[in-house]
Amino acid sequence: MTLVSALPRKRTAPASAAARAARRRAALQWVAVHSTAIAAALFFLLPFAFVFLTSVMTDRQALTSDLWPHQWQWSNFATVWNTPGFLTWWRNTLLYAGLGTLLTVVSSLPVAYALAKFRFRGRNLALMAVVAMMMLPPQVTVIPMYLFWAKQLHLTGSLWPLIIPMAFGDAFTIFLLRQFLLTIPKEYMEAARLDGCGELRTLLRVVLPMTRPAIAAVALFQFFYCWNDYFGPQIYSSENPGAWTLSYGLESFKGAHHTDWNLTMAATLLVMAPVIVLFFFAQRAFIEGVTLTGVKG
Amino acid sequence: MALVNSTVPQALRRKRLRERARTLAFLSPWLVGFGFFFLYPLISTVYFSFMHYDGFTAPTFAGLQNWTYVFTDYPSFWTGMGNTLWLVVVMVSLRVVFGLGIGMLITKVKSGAGFFRTAFYLPYLAPPVAATMAFAFLLNPGTGPVNHLLGELGLPQPGWFTDPSWSKPALTMLAVWGIGDLMVIFMAALLDVPTEQYEAAELDGAGSFQRFRYVTLPNISPIVMFAVVTGVIQTMQYYTQAIVAGKVASGVIGGSGQQFEPGYPHGSTWTLPQMVYNLGFQRFDTGSACVVAVVLFALSMAFTSILLRRKSGFMNED
Repeated sequence: MTLVSALPRKRTAPASAAARAARRRAALQWVAVHSTAIAAALFFLLPFAFVFLTSVMTDRQALTSDLWPHQWQWSNFATVWNTPGFLTWWRNTLLYAGLGTLLTVVSSLPVAYALAKFRFRGRNLALMAVVAMMMLPPQVTVIPMYLFWAKQLHLTGSLWPLIIPMAFGDAFTIFLLRQFLLTIPKEYMEAARLDGCGELRTLLRVVLPMTRPAIAAVALFQFFYCWNDYFGPQIYSSENPGAWTLSYGLESFKGAHHTDWNLTMAATLLVMAPVIVLFFFAQRAFIEGVTLTGVKG
Repeated sequence: MALVNSTVPQALRRKRLRERARTLAFLSPWLVGFGFFFLYPLISTVYFSFMHYDGFTAPTFAGLQNWTYVFTDYPSFWTGMGNTLWLVVVMVSLRVVFGLGIGMLITKVKSGAGFFRTAFYLPYLAPPVAATMAFAFLLNPGTGPVNHLLGELGLPQPGWFTDPSWSKPALTMLAVWGIGDLMVIFMAALLDVPTEQYEAAELDGAGSFQRFRYVTLPNISPIVMFAVVTGVIQTMQYYTQAIVAGKVASGVIGGSGQQFEPGYPHGSTWTLPQMVYNLGFQRFDTGSACVVAVVLFALSMAFTSILLRRKSGFMNED
């Protein structure tokens, strides 16, 4: 470009005006970017603030459109916590999310490893099937599955119809782990094999330690998926209040406290809190995982 | 079969067999899962779409009756299709545009980047039922802070989740609020654009819009495409937020007595997955529910095949 060659290496006296203009432009851009960011942050954070402020209002004030509590009624959280059933919903949600995550990771890792590192006929077909399964709306298969769990095994009214399938691999987890395993160079596995390791030993001793960040990410995703799931518990466990989860219970809590927005918002915050706390502890793993879903586009 | 070839020495053949057994062993959990939780229920759903079945008495053959019922005598089906189309067009495009915008913003922020990233990301983490509950409160026409603030500003105060023409925009706001996933994906893609290309464009005298149009967009277009297609697939499955918002706004959560009016208000939040639930589990019309499920499956797979066709990218080979 002629422009490039025309640019002087270093301009001295007459350049200071141009430099000042550039600096002014940079400063203006800084202000523009940061004020937009602050406005956006308000949009994302204000809902949390309003929910919190309402959650500590008195019952009477919650009936008004006041934004700021006159009196901070922290006992609302205790009231929610002591609501009959609330503790059961917590326990059920933890069981579903904890056991579900464990089963998913254990059953999906070998599958992902085979899809990433073994050469075999039908591998592409298997991969396409994984993607198809990943994109399948749960409602498509729910009717035969419900009939199976209800009529053959009589397990509806519990969380087992949701937990047991997780012992047979989860398509999303398999897909993400495979994407990550592709990035591990073949040489590691070959070296392990030369040292006389079988495939299972190679997977557990060599591959597993290197896959830890991806496993952390998919475990978090699966935990959140279970924690947030509403459709599954609505179908399989709603008939038995003893098997409700927080998502399903929160809705019925609102039903029981029609006008008490303060208690409903306190309950809402108590359902959100664990997920947000977990996020702060595992932020890096999580962001890496989200990036993994979109990479290699 | 190629394997049973006399020219292949015995030892090699055994090795191949062992490799096959090993592959099968590693794949086995998923093979069972695929057959049992995907293939079998899928075939069964198609089967039931041709049967009359109320879940109690034995199913009887119905021919195409369920299909003609759903397509011609069940106007709610088309209401749901219309809502889904609305959500696919408006919700998905707004989410992609705002996700990209927020992603670009975060790559430009110099001070407090960590704070802003967390702030933008946090709503995505809110469990859908809890997030919907929060928005049902924020947007409730009686005491909600949003209408309170709109009133202070002298602006009109819509009924949001209680008004058929405002319920889908309200759901869209909720969806745009939880945009953190797209922000992170776009952020990673934007940081991958080679800086030399920007420098070259600047030297050629390209303004910021031209740099976006001719450098940024071509580089990130595969990610935009990915976001649009997965967004469409997710939106066709739109369920939890719609049903919870409807229940809370109508004040009928369920239990004894009153029945929740599906798609409240006036069917404006009614979607295909809710139809499967309503037909199958509340009206015990398994056949028609399965027709809707097959339609939902066909639509999802049509869009999934777009992802699969870009095999080189989405399913990169080693």
